[in-house]
Amino acid sequence: MTRDNDSGRGDDARPVLSVRDLTVQVATGAGGKTVLDHLSFDLHRGETVALAGESGSGKSMTALAIMGLLPRPMARITEGTIRLGDRNIAGLSDRAYRAIRARRISMIFQEPMTSLNPLMTVERQLCEVLLEHDMCTRDAAPARALKLLRDLRLTDPERRLKQYPHELSGGMRQRVMIAIALACEPEILIADEPTTALDVTVQAEILDLIRLLQKERGTAVLMITHDMGVVAEMADRAIVMRAGQPVEASSVERLFSAPSSEYAKGLLAAVPRLGAAPPRPPRSPGQKVVEVSDLSVRFDVKGGILNRPVARLHAVEGVSFDIRVGETLALVGESGSGKSTIGKALLGLVPWEGAVRIDGRHTKGLSRRSMRPVLRDIQMVFQDPGASLDSRMTVGEQVVEPLRVHGLASGSELTDRAEFLFRRVGLSADMLGRFPHEFSGGQRQRVCIARALSLSPKVIVADESVSALDVSVQAQVLDLLQELQDEDGLSYLFITHDMAVVDQVADRIMVMRLGQVMEEGPRDAVLRDPRHPYTRRLLAAVPVPDPTRLRQPQPPAPESQSPMLPLGAVFPRVRLEQVSGEHRVAVA
Amino acid sequence: MSVAEAFRPRQRGRVRAVLLELLRRPRAAFGLAVIALMVVCAVFAPWIMPHDPFAQSFDGLDLMGGPLPPGGAYPLGTDLLGRDLASRLILGTRTSLIIGVVANGTAVILGAGVGIAAGYFGGWTAAILMRFTDLMMAFPALLLAIVLAAIFQPSLMIVALVIAMVNWVQMSRVIYTETRSLAEREFIQVQRAIGSSPLRILGKHILPHLLSSIIVFGTLGISTTVLLEATLSFLGVGVQPPMPSWGNIIFENQTYFSTAPWLVFFPGLLIVLLALAFNLVGDALRDVLDPTLKGRHG
Repeated sequence: MTRDNDSGRGDDARPVLSVRDLTVQVATGAGGKTVLDHLSFDLHRGETVALAGESGSGKSMTALAIMGLLPRPMARITEGTIRLGDRNIAGLSDRAYRAIRARRISMIFQEPMTSLNPLMTVERQLCEVLLEHDMCTRDAAPARALKLLRDLRLTDPERRLKQYPHELSGGMRQRVMIAIALACEPEILIADEPTTALDVTVQAEILDLIRLLQKERGTAVLMITHDMGVVAEMADRAIVMRAGQPVEASSVERLFSAPSSEYAKGLLAAVPRLGAAPPRPPRSPGQKVVEVSDLSVRFDVKGGILNRPVARLHAVEGVSFDIRVGETLALVGESGSGKSTIGKALLGLVPWEGAVRIDGRHTKGLSRRSMRPVLRDIQMVFQDPGASLDSRMTVGEQVVEPLRVHGLASGSELTDRAEFLFRRVGLSADMLGRFPHEFSGGQRQRVCIARALSLSPKVIVADESVSALDVSVQAQVLDLLQELQDEDGLSYLFITHDMAVVDQVADRIMVMRLGQVMEEGPRDAVLRDPRHPYTRRLLAAVPVPDPTRLRQPQPPAPESQSPMLPLGAVFPRVRLEQVSGEHRVAVA
Repeated sequence: MSVAEAFRPRQRGRVRAVLLELLRRPRAAFGLAVIALMVVCAVFAPWIMPHDPFAQSFDGLDLMGGPLPPGGAYPLGTDLLGRDLASRLILGTRTSLIIGVVANGTAVILGAGVGIAAGYFGGWTAAILMRFTDLMMAFPALLLAIVLAAIFQPSLMIVALVIAMVNWVQMSRVIYTETRSLAEREFIQVQRAIGSSPLRILGKHILPHLLSSIIVFGTLGISTTVLLEATLSFLGVGVQPPMPSWGNIIFENQTYFSTAPWLVFFPGLLIVLLALAFNLVGDALRDVLDPTLKGRHG
């Protein structure tokens, strides 16, 4: 077991970080609002404490307060102490904090791309930290930087040093971020959602790495996450937070086996678990509403002085599938697998090749105008409900906008439809006059679903539609989608990276990688009896929300082939071979 | 409130509601008051002016033949020809307002139009429109204005159009960049997925988000246009004397600034006041029109 409680803890019972009654207030128009309310915890050497909670729970505020990075003058610590060793660091000046950050406490953030300077090589960014804190001489810095990258198990570290952030993959960038954070050998590492923006297999690698480094160096880790799977996997103790208040604090084993608070119970119950979903009711094989054969989407990459095409990005390559009435087909895969592009191609939002039939109608070569009637049968719900609503228009207007665009209703009919649609998705009709910012994330996604439903489509493409939502809200939205399917016989193309969600919603699954199908078949066949190594790796990488069942450390993934090819080159295609019935798996 | 009222956009009465909201904000109310006062001055100039603005009288000069300082029969003093400054400023309001509103308005509409079209449609449309704006930018604005004004017979409207011609370029650049990033946003993608026509997307979903930039640029442009008009007048290709404008009053008299400061101070003050008034109203308008800021006062 990698979770060693005895490594360096017994000899030193005093915590490295001790937070007592930490209270943070944020100034609002109506006076101070408490966003963090009397939080207390200790962090010992070599230990991992998780702060878990949904959005708005105050977990990131805690990290910022400890790092002295609260946005001033809006937010401030009004009460409590943060003891680092013997010293209270709450409310220290910026100058005093500079000696603490990186040296004694470091932080890694969610988005490694935005946390790295795009104009500096990895080497310069690492050396900068080392020199800033007098960790070594100028001459010794490059060698030290190289050693750090080695410690972080980056492949080909000499080459990485000379590269810029955009040349690295997301996982490599996060490794570089961790290297920078650990450069000065801090006692405490604060990791704020360090793997949320990463693919699940990369997440597994990063989590393994953090655990390994922690064991080697005895660093105390404060892990901030919304993902109970990550909590179970990484933490020794966890504090569950809600609306700025600690709801429950206990060992991870206790939290998962016998949560004492109602909130933690609810939160754990809402977490989708791989393999825990009930069997899907068998559906009578209905008519095909979507028929796709040999779909390819390729983008020309332009460059040079004349801005001519110089290379071709093969986003989707020869994909075929059908969706029947009342069926959910899930497209799973990591970023860059082409799954979203397929959804967009179905609605004619990207240029594509091949054959697509929506409810019997061929859509090849249709202009935007002639595509319109087809759009009445197929609609899309996007990932980020906040971004996919127009902030300057009332939600009521937006929900019925498709009806206006298609000239299907006018006047008081629109009002009636808006009321009906709002009730349909579980929102109250008197909210129609409000603007999007007046809703919560889950409510906004309901508005988006209502808008997609307004044309009474036969198929809805749900592109990561629940990924941006908190787990409890996610469960509700999934229930809503299921209810709509049961009642109206809707078909879904459900695009997601989350295997546990797939398990809940899918009738059939297609696993995508680099624009091609690796494995497809009925849900149970693909999830319980995966045949392709890639599917297996995806499934094995999913963090299990159960501290007693530890995921085995994974060997790093083989470097994947680039989907970018020179013009005219033929993309090597895979062939699907039948395993049994509808279950097919790719062979090279 | 019935549901119908709840979400039907309050088209009628919308202007009224916005106006009322503006009046509730002290700074915006001040700006509106200043603008209203200037409009009144411009419209009723002949009745308000205390003297004939064109009459050169010896009464308006001191014994040495110099201009009179403010006070007495000439409340704001007189200029070098003994003309009443107050009357000239009041009449000049017409010119300056027309220039400010017409020239700037044309520049805003043209700039925004070009910027939006290029930003949304991209490709060839953008290439042609943006190369054209680059070309316009490459010309020194003043030179261009002089050439245009020399080709056409100088009149108030021509001067306004000339100023518009040189001022729309920056606007279109800013709007172009903003439209490009807006067009990539998810809610615009959604509109495409719904099947909305480009015109609808531009008018209903892109333009409202550009309003704040347009308003900021539009109000900032007021003072630059008034000053550009003054420069043109000074160079003899603007508003022709003896017709007064705030700008040409300043330029006529700037060399006498040390002996007769009021001749530069009062028209300058009016230009500042006009620009400030439009800025205050513009700022408030931007906040009032943004639903996410509802209820917050700046």
